[in-house]
Parts: sequence; structure tokens; C-alpha cells
Amino acid sequence: MTDAILDIRGISKSFGALKASDDVSLDLRAGEIHALIGPNGAGKSTLIAQIAGSLKPDTGEVWLEGRNVTLDGPVARAQAGLGRTFQISSLAMEDTVLQNAVLGALGARHRAPGLWRPVMKQADLRDTAMAALSEVGLDEFAHFRTADLSHGQRRQLEVAVALTLKPHVFLMDEPMAGLGADGSALLVNFLHGLKSRAPILLVEHDMDAVFQLADRISVLVYGRIIATGTPDEIRANSQVREAYLGEEDDA
Amino acid sequence: MRREPLINALIVVGLLAVPLWAYMADEPYVITLTTKVVILALAGVGLNLALGLGGLVSLGHAMFFGIGGYAAGILASHAQSYDPIMEWPFLIEGTQSMPVIWLLAIVVSALVALATGALSLRTSGVYFIMITLAFGQMFYYFTISWPAYGGEDGLSIYVRDHFPGLNTLDPIQFYGLCFVILLLALFVVARLARSGFGLALNAARQNEARVRAVGIEPYRLRLMAFIISGAITGLAGALYADLNRFVSPTMFSWQTSGEIMVFVILGGVARLFGPVAGAALFILLEEVLGGLSEYWHIYLGALLLIVVLFARGGLIGLLAGQGKGDDDD
Amino acid sequence: MNLILLIEQLLNGLQFGVMLFLMAAGLTLIFGVMGLINLAHGSLYMVGAFAAAAVAAATGSFTLALIASLAAAALAGVIVEIVVIRRLYDRDHLDQVLATFALILIFSEGTRWVFGSFPLYLDVPAALSGAVALPFGINYPAYRLAIIGFGLLVALAMYLLITRTRIGMRIRAGESDREMIGALGVNISVLYTAVFALGAALAGFAGALVGAIQSVQVGMGEPVLILAFVTIVIGGIGSIRGAFVGAVLVGLTDTMGRVLLPVLFGTFMDPSSATAVGAALASMSIYILMAAVLLIKPTGLYGSA
Repeated sequence: MTDAILDIRGISKSFGALKASDDVSLDLRAGEIHALIGPNGAGKSTLIAQIAGSLKPDTGEVWLEGRNVTLDGPVARAQAGLGRTFQISSLAMEDTVLQNAVLGALGARHRAPGLWRPVMKQADLRDTAMAALSEVGLDEFAHFRTADLSHGQRRQLEVAVALTLKPHVFLMDEPMAGLGADGSALLVNFLHGLKSRAPILLVEHDMDAVFQLADRISVLVYGRIIATGTPDEIRANSQVREAYLGEEDDA
Repeated sequence: MRREPLINALIVVGLLAVPLWAYMADEPYVITLTTKVVILALAGVGLNLALGLGGLVSLGHAMFFGIGGYAAGILASHAQSYDPIMEWPFLIEGTQSMPVIWLLAIVVSALVALATGALSLRTSGVYFIMITLAFGQMFYYFTISWPAYGGEDGLSIYVRDHFPGLNTLDPIQFYGLCFVILLLALFVVARLARSGFGLALNAARQNEARVRAVGIEPYRLRLMAFIISGAITGLAGALYADLNRFVSPTMFSWQTSGEIMVFVILGGVARLFGPVAGAALFILLEEVLGGLSEYWHIYLGALLLIVVLFARGGLIGLLAGQGKGDDDD
Repeated sequence: MNLILLIEQLLNGLQFGVMLFLMAAGLTLIFGVMGLINLAHGSLYMVGAFAAAAVAAATGSFTLALIASLAAAALAGVIVEIVVIRRLYDRDHLDQVLATFALILIFSEGTRWVFGSFPLYLDVPAALSGAVALPFGINYPAYRLAIIGFGLLVALAMYLLITRTRIGMRIRAGESDREMIGALGVNISVLYTAVFALGAALAGFAGALVGAIQSVQVGMGEPVLILAFVTIVIGGIGSIRGAFVGAVLVGLTDTMGRVLLPVLFGTFMDPSSATAVGAALASMSIYILMAAVLLIKPTGLYGSA
């Protein structure tokens, strides 16, 4: 178990009578993509919020690189090496694409932002930001206002900002959503190359992408993990087929 | 096409030309009026840092304006009466030296901003508005009921405070002093806006979760912005006291907070020179409309409504157009 | 300090609190349902007071004056809502603050224009002008007692309106989900206008009631508005119960602070400085109360996160 970079140990969270997370355990090992799937209302958002630190679990623990971060908020977890992307693009829309990426690079310094030196003239920040933008193919759009980007480009920028943090773990919340076939295929390729830098916990609706990419898959239904295994194991799992994939077959 | 720098330059030229003309034409009243514009603009520049860049809708900035004013008033009144402020544990005497007064105004405003900001920034949105308004009102009532420094009647500064090497009683020299301070404050705020702090603060206004996710705590940025903002508005208060040679609890009133905010909005929120344009427009309206009707606030109210409902960029937004996305500087 | 004086002051504090509740209830309702922060609420209070004073002067009837205050404030509320406020529901708080600040300017100067700068006076009705003998030999002004009664009645009516009636159900639904209530086929803009008018009428009513104790003048609304804000911050925005508890707390703290603090300081200071320090501190007491509540519960006593 020593190779678990991110280790979620038996976390539960209830809202009144609703058990949104029910004794969820999940780990992420070096070099892998671990996908989390589940039907709508399975409690994925609640689980992500607890992993990212914006929500505290009622019981259970979250460990990051051998450190218990359960009580840390999102700021501390980002500093501890968690790089997340949001399901709904969460960017400074009035700023330029480059400014958003520089913000990430600024956060990665792990110290209070300076008050005096012009931030956009600092070569190290700019370089980190431009490198991340060109990795996701947004370098030509660096000087666009973020609000003027297409939906798909905003998704790419989300990933680029996470890259600037040079995280030890990626937490990606539906990065493919709304990308279209071409965009998805590009991102699948990209994530495949990315996992050797840092493992990825991938929450995704796009089943083709998940089964193509994931080394392991966990299935969340009604707040519980009903199965964890390789894509082949998950495909073969009757419980999963019944609870979840069955719906897909009908569609 | 970026017209905003051109407009800013024109504003600076105007602030130089009008008083110079008034000086030549021997119109001291116009110089005093322009001085008022510059000082109120400075107060607005302070608020604009919190409001425009930080998105902190503070309706309590009168508290800093008043603190700065009373710093000047109290120090001067002790100096005038040769009565030390305190003798124990160490002697503190009053002073009529502007640099000392300004320092005190800045430090006390910053400390009060730290205390009130630390509390009110625990909340957000409409709570923040109401709480800052309430803290401002607290100072207002406190100055009214505290009899030592004039209570409701306020304090007079019989002779304007001094600045080394200048005759501050000469309107044009006092104007020059205020003008230089405004330019300095604009420079500081421009630097802050372009720094990493400014980038993160502005991003936190637009999307708080984004800033947290890169490992930066918005609360600290906002508290810092609130403190610097309060200090600048406090400095403006000290100058305003010297302009009028009088301070009163009115400086702390909610109307003052509202008016400072109106300068910022009339000129254009988050525009560097917005408060300057706004303060100039405000004083111009006060002079022109105030001359036409005793009830000119009705027209001011109507104008403000129109700006808020239909012309959200304010004066500079109207002249310079939208689209201020630039990252080259 | 004798007991009778203390009880009298407690009643004064309660009366003040009840009056604050009338303001705060409308504010918190309007914020809760429409998400609007309304600085012009104090202007509606002033409109009610002026309408009452004018009608009382013309007819000599206090009852008519009260009805006029309700009607005038509600009417002003409806007009303002239709012309300005409804354009602000989807705007950010800054726009709401500015637009309603502009409304204050227009209302205040408009009132000064019509009525002049001198205060008007509204007499307490003859039937309530005396004192009522309470137990322990306390004589308390009947009018103030009536205000307390009126206020408690309004609080009860508000409670019943929100919890027991169809319109209350709609208000509560609007609070939780604007879209849903629209989907239910309720005419949301009529509902919003009605809620705003209700809040306005309560404010105007409070203005008229207080106008008979204090003077009726331009600018009377804003100090009360700010106290109502403090009340709401303490009670929790959007909660009627919070508004009530907050209002009573603020009323009692302010009144008792003014009475007790100088006495307290008098036990170890000379009388004149005790009065000065006590009065200065008393003027800050409710804000200190607010700060204390915020430290413990940033969303107020009954506020949800």
C-alpha cells in the first residue's frame, strides 16, 4: 500500500437522511489513471468535494503522499500537490488565457503573491504558463480573453492551469464534457501521456474514453463503491452491468 | 485600439491646467474646488482598490476618511493648545507637521481596516455590505458621543498644518501637494494591480474557487486589499481636514461612504482613473446643478440610476469603450 | 438604580426592538425572496411617516394617518419596484446598492422639496396619550405599550402568513427556488411586487408609529435602516424569526447600554467621565454585539450557510 499517492480511507458524508458518501475507500497509485464512474446522483460531486477539501467528511480520512490531509482545506491541499480541474469551467473569465495560466504558476510558488513586481513580466511565471498552454494546444490563444474562448478551449485551459501547478496528483472532474469527438480523442491521447508525470483520478461520463484510458475503474452507486478493477474486470462484473452499464445497453 | 491611457493622460493634463489657469486668473475658489476634486479622488482611489479589483462592496469607507480627518484634527488641536496628548508612560505631543499627521492617518486607518476587515471578510456578499456600513456608523456615533474632541460640533484647525519647504496656506501650493500625493497613490495602485497580488485578487473576485484551487487563500488577499484601501482613504481624510480646516462626525457618516462609492461608479469601476473622473464629475455637477437648484441631489440620484441601469462602465467606460483585456504590462 | 426605572427601560428597549422588527422583517423578506439588498427601505419608512403626518394634520385622525402611512409606503414600494427594482434582481449587489442609494437621494430631496427642511410633528392620539398603570407601581406611556402590542401582532401575522397561507407557501418556495415557482405557474413578477409592497408597507407603518414619538424629518430613515441591517446580520439574512430575535436583542442592548453603562462606569470613575465613557461605549454596544455574533456565527443566529 506504500505506493498509494492519494488514499481515501472509508469516508462517509450525510446530508440529513441522504448518505451521499457511504464508507468510500479509493486509492490512486503512481503512474496510473484511476477512473471514477457512476450514474447521475451517485454522489460523485460530493466525493470530489471531499477529496479537493471544500467539504469535510463526517468520518474517514484522506491521505496525500503519506500525509493525513483530512482537515486541510482546498488551499492547503493544492499546496500539498493536488491539481484539480472543475466540471464547470472555473476560470477568471475577464482575464486573458495567459493570465489564468500565470495565476496557476503563481500559486505553485507556495508563497504569498508579491505586491510590487509586475506579474506578467516575470519570466519564470510566463514560461511555466506558456509551456502549459502549448501542451494543451492553447498557446496561440494566450492573449485571448478567456470569456471569448469556445467551451472546449475553456476545458483545455482548465487542464493547462492544473499543469502549471506541477501537481503530484491530478483530480479531473469530467474534463471531456462537451468536447466533441475530436476534442475528446486529443485529450485522451494527452492524458495518456500525462499519467507518467502524475497519476490521475478521473471522473468522467464518456465511457469510451474511460475504458480506453483507465488502468483501474471504480464504480460509485448511491454513494457506495460497488466495484473496483481493471476495465476488463469492470466490464465483466455483473453487479456493475446491472446497476449501471445496463442502462447504457438500453439506450 | 486602447483609448483609456489617452483619457487618463487628458485627465492629468486637466488637473494641471485648471488650477494653473485659476492661479493666473486669480481665481482661488477654482483652485480650492480642484483641490477638493483631487482629495476626493484620492479617497475613491482607495475604495477602488477594494471595490474594483477585489470586488469588496464596502459601504464603510467613511470610517477611514473620518479617521484620517480626526488624526489631523486631534494632532493639530493638541498642538494649538500646547496640551500633550498623553504624558504617561511617555510624552506624546500634538503636531502640525503634515508628514507626521499623514503617517498617523495611514497607520490608524490600516489598523482599523485590519480589525474590521478581519471580521467582515469572514462573510461575503450582502453581509459584507451591511457590516461595513454598520462599522462606519459605529464610528459616527462614537465621535458624536465622545465629548473630548468636539462631539457633534467637530474640531477646527485654525491654521492649516505645515509641510517642510512649502507654504500650505497658499492654495496653489497646497493643491500641488495634494496632486502629487494623488499621482503617487495612483502609481501605487497601478503597481499593485499589475503585481501577482493584483492578479490573484482580481481573479478571486471573478472566481473564488479557482484561486483556492491553485493554492492561494482569497481571504488574505482581500484583507490586504482592504487594509491598503483603508489606508489610502484615510490619507485622503487627513488632507480633506486640512482643506476645510475643520473635521466633524459628518466625515464618518454613511452618506460619505455612499458618495465615495459614487465617485468610483460615475467614473468607472476598476478603471485606474475612474475615481478621478468620477470625483471631477461629481464636483462639477455639484457646482452646476447645485447652482440651478437647491435640490440637485434629485438629479444626481437620477444620473446615478441611469449609469447603474444603462451605462455600467461609467464615464471612462463610455469614452474608452469596453474590452480592457490586456496582459502585456 | 431602582427596579421601576429598570423595567421601564426594558419596556423601552422592547418597544425599540419591535419597531426595528417592522423594518427588518421587510428587508429580510425582500432579500430572502428576491435576493435584493434595498438601501431605500429607510426612504419608505420616511414616506410612511410623512404621509401620516400630512394626513393627521389635514384630518386630525390618527387612524386615518396610520392607514395613509401603509397605503403611501405600499404605493411608493409598488412604483419603485416596477420602475427600478425589478431591473436589479439579476444584477450583482454593487448595482443594487448603487441604484437604491440613488433612490435614497431622489426620495430624500423630493421629500425636502415637497415638505421643506423643517421637521413635522405627529401627535400621539388622545386615547393613547396617557400612561397605563402596570404592576409594581409602574406608569408606562400607553402609546409605547400600544407600539409593542402592534409590533407583536405584526410579528404573529407575519409568522402565520409565511407558514400557514398559500401566498406564504409561494414566498417560501420563491426563497428556495425561483425557477420552480415559475414552473408552477405562479406569476413571479406579481409575487415579487407584492412582497416588495408588503415590506414597504411595514416600513411605512413603523415610520408613522415612531413619527409620533420623534419628529418626522428628511433623513430619519437611514439610521433606522442601518440598525435594521445590524439586526438582520445578527439574526441571519432571510430569516423572519432571526429578524425578530435580532431586533429585540438590538433594542434591549442599545437601550439598556445607554442606561446601565454610565452607572457601571460610575462605580469606579468620577461622574462626568463615567457619563462620557459610558455614553460613548453605549453608542457602540450594538455594533460590538454584532461583531461578537459574527465571530461565533458568521451567518447570524438563524442564518443558513
